[in-house]
Amino acid sequence: MVILETDRLSIAFGGVRAIDGVNVAIESGQVFSIIGPNGSGKTTLFNLVSGIYTPDDGSIRLSGEKVVGLAPDQLARRGLSRTFQNLQIFSRMSALENVMVGRHRHERTGILADLIHWPSVARQNKATAEAAHAAVGRVGLADFADRPANSLAYGALKRLEIARALASEPKLLLLDEPAAGCNPVETQEIANVIRSIVKDGITVVLVEHDMRLVMNISDRVHVLANGKTLAEGTPDQVRSNTAVIQAYLGVHGSQEAVHAVD
Amino acid sequence: MAELLQFIFSGLTVGAIYALVALGFTLIYNASDVVNFAQGEFVMLGGMTTVFVGLAGVPLPIAALIAVVATVAVGIALHRLAIEPARGAGPIALIMITIGASIFLRGIAQVIFDKRFHSLPSLFGSDPIRIGGATILPQSLVVLSGAGVIVILLWVFIGRTLLGKAVIATATNRSAARLVGIDTRRIVGFSFAISAAIGAVAGILITPIALTGYEVGTLLALKGFAAAMLGGMGNAIGAVVGGILLGLLEAFAAGYLSSQYKDAVAFLVILAVLFARPQGLFGRVKVDRV
Amino acid sequence: MSALFCSRLMPIAAVVMIAAVVPAFFPSAYYYRVAALVFMFALAGIGLNLLMGFAGQVSLGHAGFIGIGAYAVAVGPTHLGLPTWLSFFAGAALSAIVAFLVGRPILRLKGHYLAIATLGFGVLLSIVFTNEAKLTGGPDGMSVPRLVLFGWTARGSETWYWISAASFVIGAGLALNLIDSPSGRALRAIHDSEVAACVLGIDVAQKKLMVFVISAVYASVAGSYLAMFNGHITPEASGFLRSIELVAMVVLGGMGSIIGSLVGSGVIVVLPQALSFLHEYEHMVLGLIVMGVMIFLRGGIVPSLAVMFAGRRKW
Repeated sequence: MVILETDRLSIAFGGVRAIDGVNVAIESGQVFSIIGPNGSGKTTLFNLVSGIYTPDDGSIRLSGEKVVGLAPDQLARRGLSRTFQNLQIFSRMSALENVMVGRHRHERTGILADLIHWPSVARQNKATAEAAHAAVGRVGLADFADRPANSLAYGALKRLEIARALASEPKLLLLDEPAAGCNPVETQEIANVIRSIVKDGITVVLVEHDMRLVMNISDRVHVLANGKTLAEGTPDQVRSNTAVIQAYLGVHGSQEAVHAVD
Repeated sequence: MAELLQFIFSGLTVGAIYALVALGFTLIYNASDVVNFAQGEFVMLGGMTTVFVGLAGVPLPIAALIAVVATVAVGIALHRLAIEPARGAGPIALIMITIGASIFLRGIAQVIFDKRFHSLPSLFGSDPIRIGGATILPQSLVVLSGAGVIVILLWVFIGRTLLGKAVIATATNRSAARLVGIDTRRIVGFSFAISAAIGAVAGILITPIALTGYEVGTLLALKGFAAAMLGGMGNAIGAVVGGILLGLLEAFAAGYLSSQYKDAVAFLVILAVLFARPQGLFGRVKVDRV
Repeated sequence: MSALFCSRLMPIAAVVMIAAVVPAFFPSAYYYRVAALVFMFALAGIGLNLLMGFAGQVSLGHAGFIGIGAYAVAVGPTHLGLPTWLSFFAGAALSAIVAFLVGRPILRLKGHYLAIATLGFGVLLSIVFTNEAKLTGGPDGMSVPRLVLFGWTARGSETWYWISAASFVIGAGLALNLIDSPSGRALRAIHDSEVAACVLGIDVAQKKLMVFVISAVYASVAGSYLAMFNGHITPEASGFLRSIELVAMVVLGGMGSIIGSLVGSGVIVVLPQALSFLHEYEHMVLGLIVMGVMIFLRGGIVPSLAVMFAGRRKW
């Protein structure tokens, strides 16, 4: 079942065509990675799909439904969640509270009820905290749950954002450079987390620079360059694609790459 | 027709002052991202200081000069003592600081000067000139040409002098400006000084027509801000156009609708601009990168 | 459950004790009067704190809502023949409606645009109160009839002290409840990252509007109390300076600290009274306070103390 597909998606900023006629079709239950040199439009694609930008052209379908023009919170209600390349942590809240916010779309809320704080609100708070604890534990941050979020290390915050996104019980999870700035140990932990997420039936779409992570974990890889699709296929197909190598390393570099140890 | 012309004249005159206030706003905003609410007090100080120094026996031209210098000193002090220490604060904190400064300056004016309205003699007499069935005061022409001169001087300064280019550089990218050796702190202080001077001159020019008093600053600041918003926050041409337009709108509203709610026009303009076209007439839309 | 009760509402208990005990030390009715004013402004401060400290928005025109509440209990009985208690609720309802209508467009703005828009809105309201002299008595204001409930007249500083203290306690309790709820978490999330909040399914615009309306009602109630207490109301109560004082109060007490509103209000209300010999310099002092608070004390008094003592953040 195709859970996410785009058709001739395009957007330009000023004169720059950040995304130009991109088509993707993502099967559910997969790990689908989007790679490409800096500036190729990967995060822009994420922003388009998650409703933060509205495309100039083309369409986006989520589980078959046309979703162009829907705001991010409306997409969230349709089972889409994401993390952010530059982290959008709620720094004034604790790690646990960050993840509790992730539960929002499953909580019942109303002005009067929340002001008066019926026992049902207190019970719900407790349930939310428990669910958040579970998510926090899942990404290995159980010991840090009550710390202020802005006291956590960068790698931990990346995992916290994943936990927060998971807490909303999405069907489709977009991870924007989850391993950026992480050391190999942290990257391995992220890989494990992603595998466990997919085991739960959640589709994961990844934007990443860490080639080892991408090649190890992806079912399919989509390569962007200059806002256009350069190639798509299995990790093996993509890594041996000369056009892809040239895009990353340049013509000279790709010739050198033939001699590089793999 | 004569009525319309009359409204246009009065609208242009007061619009020229709004334009100057808006220009002062824009200068400081461009150099430092600060919305300087005390801009209106600069105008007040220019007029009031001239009046009181003049009352002390000093010949008016010298009194005016003293007033401008004093206001510039206040502007520099505002930057050094209130804005610089709060570097890194959010935009709201900075606005609150300039609001606090404006209230403080109002308080000082109340004590040092007095609570009455004051006037200055017009530069070329107060016999109204008849044009097309309407009348215009000679001082209005002084205001309009004074504003024009200031705009042109500023234009030349920004475009032609090295210091002017440094101001633009600071406005465009503060870090980059520092990297090429520009002392951005002094540039920002300088922009405060220039804005204060512009405000003071505007105050001196308009006092013969509109009178001055310790309280005039607040409303002027709000209207100047409305004008800057209308023209496009950060755009100097926009500030001037916005000021003139606001003056005209006010005059028409006062003439054709209700003079009581004349002051409300500026706020309605602010709200209308913010909702319909936040970037104003000449501004650019900003996109946030996530 | 009782543990939750303890941590969330403990500061309220502290305030209740202080409010109950302190009057024993009041040498005269004047002290009751000042304390009553402190509680009334603090009540308005709670609402503004929810808006600014928790949701991260700003309103430099909030005194406008104080004005609506105040003029409601003046105009209602005087011109419309409504009993005071009904006018009180009508004022709150009117504030809520105005906030709802104006809030939707205004809250789309951020940073200094939002600040100036709310400033303009507040000044607009006070212009209306000044100009509509037939209804509002113009710049000199109008008198406000006393509150009469079931034959009992609310009169005197002592009475209003207890009314305003109790109202503050209730208002603070409701606010603390709100903070510890999905709505409260949503607001705090919006403060830190609107885009992340949105992506998690929070209807950011609706939540901002909700807290704006709530804060308007708090201000309206405070305004009604002020008018009924003083027996008189002028447009100054809704003016620009009042709005700035309110913000200074909230920042001084601590943004994000409900109890801090009480501390901030205490300073802003008591200072002019204590320094009444400096009456001429009132504006200068206010200007200095606003500048000083925003430059040096942005963290606010209560949060700084809290960090020093226990590392608690919630209140």
